[in-house]
Amino acid sequence: MTGAEMVVKSLEKNGVKVVFGYPGAANCPIIDRLSFSSIKHILTRNEQGAAHMASGYARVTKRAGVCTATSGPGATNLITGIATAYMDSVPMVALTGQVAMPLIGKDAFQEVDITGATLPFVKHSYLIKDGLDIPRIVNEAFHIAETGRPGPVLIDFPMDLLKAEYDYTDVDDSPVIRGYRLLGKPSESQIKKVADAIKEAQRPLILAGGGIVSSDAVDEFRLLVSSSDIPVVSTMMGIGVMKGSDKRYYGMLGSHGTRAANALANKADLVIVMGSRLGDRTTAHCMKSITDKKKLVHIDIDPAEIGKNIQPRIPVVGDIKDVLKQLSPLLSDYKTPDTWRKEADALRQKYAQPLVTEDTGTVNPKYFLKILSEKMGTDAYISTEVGQNQIWTANYYNFKNPRLFLTSGGFGTMGYGLPAAIGASSAQSEKTVISVMGDGSFQMNLPEMGTMCQWDIPVKMVVFRNNRLGMVHEHQFLLYKTNYQAVSLDGSPDFNKLAEAYGIKNGYVSENSQIEAAIDEMMKDKESYLLVVEVSPFEPTGDSLNDKVLPEKGDN
Amino acid sequence: MERYTLSVLVENHAGVLSRVVGLFSRRGFNIHSLSVGTTQDENISRITIEVYGDELLLEQISKQLSKIIEVIKIKTLKKRDIVKRGLVLVKVKVTPKTRSEIIELTNVFRANVIDISSSTLTIELTGGNGKINAFLEMLDVYGIEEIARTGMTALERGTSTLKADK
Repeated sequence: MTGAEMVVKSLEKNGVKVVFGYPGAANCPIIDRLSFSSIKHILTRNEQGAAHMASGYARVTKRAGVCTATSGPGATNLITGIATAYMDSVPMVALTGQVAMPLIGKDAFQEVDITGATLPFVKHSYLIKDGLDIPRIVNEAFHIAETGRPGPVLIDFPMDLLKAEYDYTDVDDSPVIRGYRLLGKPSESQIKKVADAIKEAQRPLILAGGGIVSSDAVDEFRLLVSSSDIPVVSTMMGIGVMKGSDKRYYGMLGSHGTRAANALANKADLVIVMGSRLGDRTTAHCMKSITDKKKLVHIDIDPAEIGKNIQPRIPVVGDIKDVLKQLSPLLSDYKTPDTWRKEADALRQKYAQPLVTEDTGTVNPKYFLKILSEKMGTDAYISTEVGQNQIWTANYYNFKNPRLFLTSGGFGTMGYGLPAAIGASSAQSEKTVISVMGDGSFQMNLPEMGTMCQWDIPVKMVVFRNNRLGMVHEHQFLLYKTNYQAVSLDGSPDFNKLAEAYGIKNGYVSENSQIEAAIDEMMKDKESYLLVVEVSPFEPTGDSLNDKVLPEKGDN
Repeated sequence: MERYTLSVLVENHAGVLSRVVGLFSRRGFNIHSLSVGTTQDENISRITIEVYGDELLLEQISKQLSKIIEVIKIKTLKKRDIVKRGLVLVKVKVTPKTRSEIIELTNVFRANVIDISSSTLTIELTGGNGKINAFLEMLDVYGIEEIARTGMTALERGTSTLKADK
């Protein structure tokens, strides 16, 4: 059996159905063998697209997404996608070809030290040195990528080993990794302390993070919230843990979150953080009050996240699902104080802003997203890029379930959304997948429309067009005295004609009164569609940061 | 700020050291000294790292190191409970007049002369940071030509050990 055959056999054994990739000399042996397997290889237009597609695929299937690239530039093109997956704890296995063993270190054609280059942002990586290690290492890679706190694992395959014949007998190749142990049950005494702290608190608040989604604990979480009535805010990765319309959910926390959520975090006397690494964007407006005044409970599967950014009073290391199983019974007859619930609702009222819905010559993107979410039901996937389109979607689209919002939360990768949507759609072909983009980020990976067409993967593309890099434009308005530099997108093509050139149906909308009809037209059939939505370059992001007004005095 | 000593058992694989060292640089932790060598089990290496910091930083370093898949075990060694040694090789200038003086000094520090030429002596000394620094200070007046110094390596006193689980 050749090395490449072992790779493909091991992928099949690990349940892989799709590999996103781009061929070159060094990974060609794998591509060749894939064609004789049950696995479909989807050719992308750039390796970065392959990595993001694997990431989108992983987010919806809960299994590691797989991408492949050749050595050198193919491998380095994967890097942005790997780092994006790392920051959002997305399981991924990246397979790169490498130059032949005798050429390693000789600056051979298309040689790069990819295990070295990706070291800071992989969960683990391997450079294969003996072909017989391939089955064990592939198994280890999937085990590491998918268990514990998920993340990307890279395997680098020298091409001579892929081509070589080995006398391989199917021995025990199950992973044995003594330096990688999964967590046991969370500490009962710590959980008792959490329950006691909740019962003592006057103003408890839960910060729901992506860890609740990774741990598949959303049902348990929602049960606890509905029985206890504890108000919930979320991180970006935690969007969808609560239904957007739930009466106990107050939106996203942080610099791009809602003002109500930030005001609540500042007023609470106990914040229970579940499955969040407390990133700087999340705590931007409540850092001081969290560190100084209140009790902080931090529950996470990764011990290193606890105390990394903020030192909690009560740390709990554990899988959120296990923690909830132990915590919920201790709170079975607990109810949040009425006064705090009323206060929370009053804050929501206070900061509620009516949406502009009349015709103004451009579309109000927030109103657009509101209508879109009303029309979409409970299981449409929405990917975003990074910028205003992302924040508008996070704050105005009503996500009813977890895993529906595909966005680069931690790394903030423009160019993520379109390929991620393609990855999601290839996994869930019967579901609607919508890619919400700005005209800046759309142009980062738009050749992937070719991938969509070639493989018949339907994606509904919504491009908010303002001919600007909107968020930077706004930033320069607020912080650089309106010195608008490098934010105009003059030179962009006519996106409708571009869609036309790909044979993709398309539409255009520039008035609020036409939104419904435009969305209906887009959703009329199953095929891909591109809807250009004209928005104003001066449309505010409308979050806590850019409202300029932080929570008013008294809400701090 | 205090000096702490970490003892880290790792898989004896190529590239493990760069994972460990890379983690320190990218997370902004400072390494004061470092030494690496194999253990009685040829598959396991021991890395001894000295760092400056406080308890919280140390805890964070230790947790981050634990996340490296090839790190098997970590222990923070308490100052009082360990024996810790480093090695220095020092080449010092000598004249016929100073030679015996320097050899005497070498004896006082229980160091060894390991190479000799008409104008230099090369001396080896093992010891803790304090002893090595003191010795080098004494030699300074004669003119130090070269120093090669290792990081500290350490073991716990008594019967305590750090071993990989069977």
